[in-house]
Amino acid sequence: MQRPNALDLRRALTPSASFWAWTGTEANLGDRLFHGAAALCAFGVVAALAGMGVEMIRASLSSIERFGLGFVTEVTWDPVRELFGAAPFIFGTIVSSLLALAIAVPVAVGVAIFLAELAPAWLRTPASFVVELLAAIPSVVYGLWGVFVLAPWLRDTVQPALAAALGFLPFFGGPARGFGMLAGGLILAIMILPTIASVSRDVMVAVPTSYREAALALGATRFETVQVAVLPHAKAGIVGAVILGLGRALGETMAVTMVIGNRAEISASLFAPAATLASVIANEYAEATSDLYLAALSELGLMLFAVTLILNIGARLLVGKVGRAAPGVRGG
Amino acid sequence: MMAVEASREAAPTPGSAGDTARSAEARAAATAPAVKMQTEALRAWFGAHEVLKAVSLSIPERRVTAVIGPSGCGKSTFIRCLNRMHEVVPGARSAGAVLLDGVDIFERGVDPVLVRRRVGMVFQRANPFPAMSIADNVLAGLRLNGVRPRHPEEVVERALAQAALWDEVKDILSRSGASLSGGQQQRLCIARTLALEPEVVLMDEPCSALDPIATARIEELIHELKDRYTIVIVTHNMQQAARVSDFTAFFYIGELVEHGETDALFTRPQKARTEDYITGRFG
Amino acid sequence: MDAYRRRKVIDVGARAACVAATLLAVVPLVSVLAYVVVRGAAGLSWSFFTALPQPVGEAGGGVANAILGSLQLVGIACVLGVPVGVLAGIYLAEYGRGRFATAVRYAADVMSGIPSIAVGIFVYTLLVLSMRHFSALAGGVALAVLMLPTVTRTTEELLKLVPDSLREAGLALGVPRWRVVLKVVLRTGAPGIATGIMLAVARAAGETAPLLFTAFNNRFWSASLVEPIASLPVQIFTYAVSPYEEWHRQAWAAALVLVVLVLLMNAGARVLTRARGRSR
Repeated sequence: MQRPNALDLRRALTPSASFWAWTGTEANLGDRLFHGAAALCAFGVVAALAGMGVEMIRASLSSIERFGLGFVTEVTWDPVRELFGAAPFIFGTIVSSLLALAIAVPVAVGVAIFLAELAPAWLRTPASFVVELLAAIPSVVYGLWGVFVLAPWLRDTVQPALAAALGFLPFFGGPARGFGMLAGGLILAIMILPTIASVSRDVMVAVPTSYREAALALGATRFETVQVAVLPHAKAGIVGAVILGLGRALGETMAVTMVIGNRAEISASLFAPAATLASVIANEYAEATSDLYLAALSELGLMLFAVTLILNIGARLLVGKVGRAAPGVRGG
Repeated sequence: MMAVEASREAAPTPGSAGDTARSAEARAAATAPAVKMQTEALRAWFGAHEVLKAVSLSIPERRVTAVIGPSGCGKSTFIRCLNRMHEVVPGARSAGAVLLDGVDIFERGVDPVLVRRRVGMVFQRANPFPAMSIADNVLAGLRLNGVRPRHPEEVVERALAQAALWDEVKDILSRSGASLSGGQQQRLCIARTLALEPEVVLMDEPCSALDPIATARIEELIHELKDRYTIVIVTHNMQQAARVSDFTAFFYIGELVEHGETDALFTRPQKARTEDYITGRFG
Repeated sequence: MDAYRRRKVIDVGARAACVAATLLAVVPLVSVLAYVVVRGAAGLSWSFFTALPQPVGEAGGGVANAILGSLQLVGIACVLGVPVGVLAGIYLAEYGRGRFATAVRYAADVMSGIPSIAVGIFVYTLLVLSMRHFSALAGGVALAVLMLPTVTRTTEELLKLVPDSLREAGLALGVPRWRVVLKVVLRTGAPGIATGIMLAVARAAGETAPLLFTAFNNRFWSASLVEPIASLPVQIFTYAVSPYEEWHRQAWAAALVLVVLVLLMNAGARVLTRARGRSR
């Protein structure tokens, strides 16, 4: 049989009914264009992340050159004299975040155990809904509440009580102002609680029922079952949830900025005003007058970016491992 | 070309089955066996696993060809090669030629999209588009191809009537396709295929998920459709193959064992393996 | 028997602690919502929704420009972020195999954890510096970047739920792949994707930090892409940290409007999901 060439073939294969004859080669061209456009957009996601890193390094270059590693340990932040050190903000960020974790983690794990193991079925959906609602309220609204409700309450009730009972400790010294490290840590705790609680609940729910049944059948109480059968298997996932919460706390900006007092000082007292990496950027970035000032602020942002990037990768590795392990365990 | 001659040799044995309508049809088949599609040494793989081994088979125009064989014999892969649906599966590839009206559909420069418009397909499980109404499902092939028929309601009625579904759904055309029963869904899928006016209709075990009554309706339908369309049906049910087809091809582990007129193949199989299979000794 | 009693007491105590923790977690939510509703409602008036902000010291005025500005910013973010995110999600679900797709998935996941203020710096150096002033466009781009990972991953997850048989059905009708993806696969997954986009929009609408030095603020109406623009969250921040009683009242009222908007979008998304669950 004599074979016609490809062009003839295409014509020969065009369907007899004339209404779609026009489509000729368009179909494949369309496929190629669409595939290309989709790939380009997918590349856009990677490019946005990489671009963020590159742009922030570029923006902070003059500060990096000027201050070098000393930037991290320098305690003076004086825009007027163009002296920039990150130490007060690193201190403020770490302390406020750890304070938030210390308050939020026990409560969040309690909430997760309640939602995953104890709550009656009818309560689980509304309770989960409330937890999600907490996560949906904008940060600036928490900040507003912090300014007008939380800070005055701390100033008038909590801080005097703490000072009376534990005033001999350096952490609870100084005047009660409300605004300060304690308020910052507390509002962060409130904001990261839903994240930690809902991720922890998810990993607990993923623990196979057979483990619980095994413990119960041996005569364990409900809490012993949680202790013996659930928590050990959910541990890695809960640690991941805590790291995710820590990542949020480190980067959380508005609410902290509004209640932490914004002073670039390192103080032992939790009552004293402080500042975080995010809060100083929020307060000063739009008004930074000199190039070096802007570069120093950008370098603070770069540090924040790098730390949260590493934390997120770490947390995802931990949570991901649990997720992957769970079906295997179920299968066996 | 070998395969064509083989089918011609197999065809002309009239009179032996008595003076029934069935044999009259067989005689008609013998007198006008124009070849619509033809495979030449068609091979297919999933990854490194070869599922079709050099199959050469011709498919006569406006006849029903049944493809039978035990599961895993490559019969589904075979018909999926006939409209280039095989290559859609990741890791799947094929070699050899498939001629449609004498033109190789695997030739470079041939758009599989155009092949599929001429060679339609009905799947094992009915798969109406759940986000579309019954009428939109029928029109989906045209609309998705960018065609706006001038009288869409006529197209819908004609296709549904051809698929023997019109009377059952004419009052609920705007309901979701997913609301129909399994057998109705499968006939909706057939109507959707027919609305494109293909030349060949491939059916991949269209009744395997249906009850006997729905199966009977589809078989009746196949009988009506063969006046206009060339039909290739894969089935694991030998009675069904015997009931609906004019020609039958028996596959075994990726090879075409025997091919011929259905009556002849079922009554006087030439190969021992075919006989074993149709008498139920394996598979 | 003593050991048994001790175990029993620990069990009851631990369970009570978990219940207490849950109640404790609910307290701030109730407090925040109660204050926002009570104080916010007190500050609401007709002019609050229709008037421009008044200069310090003058009573009345509203945040009409900030409400409109927020809608404009979210609109710009949707126009830029949704198509890119949906297409990237389509890429991951329909074409995404191999290392590139893994990298995209990973980037999207990691990006969703980056502080929004860092996104603000990125957009500032990218757009504000080169355009030499704050602009609505810069604010919209910042919100779009924040939405991007959520939209991408939601689209991917939902398209993966669409059964392959529908893709096959489309292809077997002689439809080119891209049309099958857009008109069959995407259409089938559309309700779920809409839910995901709504949640992303709700989050973006409440973002403040990235707007502080991109969209900045504006005391007047603005319809321009290249001018600074007001937004509800930034307005709340500005008013809250100001020393004026009248502005505090307006901050609460604006917070009420923002919370109602955000929670409505969240509730809408949930209803959408549940309605879909029931119809199947």
